[in-house]
Amino acid sequence: MVKQISIFLENKCGRLVDVTRTLGRYNINIRALTIADTSDFGILRLIVDQPDKAVEVLKSEGFMASETEVIAIEVPDQPGGLARVLEYLEEAGINIEYLYSFVEKPEEDALILMRVENIARAVEVFRVNNVKVLEGERLYLL
Amino acid sequence: MWNPKYESMDREELERLQFLRLKETLERIYQRLPYYKETFHKKGIEPGDIKSLEDISLLPFFTKEDLRKNYPYGLFAAPMSEVVRVHSSSGTTGIPTVVGYTARDIETWSELMARTLVNGGASRDSVIQIAYGYGLFTGGLGAHYGAEKIGATVVPISGGQTIRQVRIMKDFGTTMLACTPSYALYIAETIEEMEINPAELKLKSGVFGAEPWSEGMRQVIESRLQIDAFDIYGLSEVIGPGVSSECAQKNGLHICEDHFIAEIIDPATGDVLSNGTAGELVLTSITKEALPVIRYRTGDITRLDREPCPCGRTHARMEKVSGRSDDMLIIRGVNVFPSQIETILLEIGNTEPHYQIVVDRQGSLDIMEVWVEVSEQMFSDHIRGLESLENAIYSEIENVLGISARVRLVEPKTITRSEGKARRVIDKRTI
Repeated sequence: MVKQISIFLENKCGRLVDVTRTLGRYNINIRALTIADTSDFGILRLIVDQPDKAVEVLKSEGFMASETEVIAIEVPDQPGGLARVLEYLEEAGINIEYLYSFVEKPEEDALILMRVENIARAVEVFRVNNVKVLEGERLYLL
Repeated sequence: MWNPKYESMDREELERLQFLRLKETLERIYQRLPYYKETFHKKGIEPGDIKSLEDISLLPFFTKEDLRKNYPYGLFAAPMSEVVRVHSSSGTTGIPTVVGYTARDIETWSELMARTLVNGGASRDSVIQIAYGYGLFTGGLGAHYGAEKIGATVVPISGGQTIRQVRIMKDFGTTMLACTPSYALYIAETIEEMEINPAELKLKSGVFGAEPWSEGMRQVIESRLQIDAFDIYGLSEVIGPGVSSECAQKNGLHICEDHFIAEIIDPATGDVLSNGTAGELVLTSITKEALPVIRYRTGDITRLDREPCPCGRTHARMEKVSGRSDDMLIIRGVNVFPSQIETILLEIGNTEPHYQIVVDRQGSLDIMEVWVEVSEQMFSDHIRGLESLENAIYSEIENVLGISARVRLVEPKTITRSEGKARRVIDKRTI
């Protein structure tokens, strides 16, 4: 499983800079990120190399941050690659809350991060269907 | 002047009448209401100890809290068979205050509102458009009965439907408008938007109350509507509108002292303050039957002037209310206490909330925003979860207070704290 950092951010100028500057100051490297937002606020979701330390420093700097578990999987980097993987979840009736992709690629495959309702079951579905699920320790250091 | 006999009564005679009526009221509640009897006893006092008007200061104070404790009818000093009407105001944390009237109380109230309207220039030839809300709120029906008593033509339109208000005002030849000052401004804006020249209207004056407003706002209303604007004052617990109103001098609101005894106290110590000193207004009703009030703390800050007024009325004048002794806000005519918001947030957020209420006026409409710092308990990784939290707060505020507020979730520690304590209310309105 992969630890993702979720941070509550108001939609106002400079907040993203503040978060990234804080992480930079503590030598924490961002590996992937995505933002979900409404008109007033957003949730910044990050994969970093040191998630526990990141939550600690963000909280101490006054941010509302928490850890969320997400799944990282490798998906063949070709047309229909993601679709095939998602079909497995659909067949199993598992809902995806959100997903985003990792910038770097470990090998030939693309790397997808996803949050689902039932993580354990989704991982099981992937294992059965030979979809490669990455552990956090590996991902943080990519 | 509607009732010169009483409104310009010699002060000595007036004070004799006040004392007589005070004694009657005290006897009435002492005999009929154990709650008063007990409260008096706790202070070691009984009606017989009140030997002069000044002795009123020996009596204990009563507040909205006493009414709530006795919700709904516990402080009625008349049997329900004699109560012909009830009104109610919105209440803190769900418990409203209920006020009752006997037929004679309604008669008294109509008399007081007749004085108020005549003070503002009304006569039997007037067409009075009553744009105060009708219903449990005392504004609409209070003004209605006063206007009918004068024999004026009443347009009982109630609040809202502003374009229709303006059309009716024009077509029906309205000469006097009765509503909240902020709604009067909104009507003025609508008239401009409809490209109607106020000079074409027959509107001559307006009586505006139920919320505080400044001299500056008076000038704006007067110039935009081209009318004379008068401040009127009252509160449902005491009777409703009609407690006091401005005369043509526009220099303080004459309190109907043949029906109420007014005192100004230091809100911190409860000491009675001398004439002309600003403090909290305390009112005692001396003619009411169903719900008499003794030394009722209004929470409104003002000062009293007992000097004779050029208009000929001898009744004391209270200055335009300049503020509150508590943290009550009046938003679109609705009383709002920060503690009400706090209770709602506590229930929904499951934690001690850090919040701030920001009140502003956009155009002529009061806007309330509630900012809530996201706590550990509230925060989740789900946008939908946070949005439904916002919606839950919004709905509950609307349920409890009857007004809508914009809810904003903000980051921790963004609400300014002074000496560790957050400032709960920022009121940006210039009234």
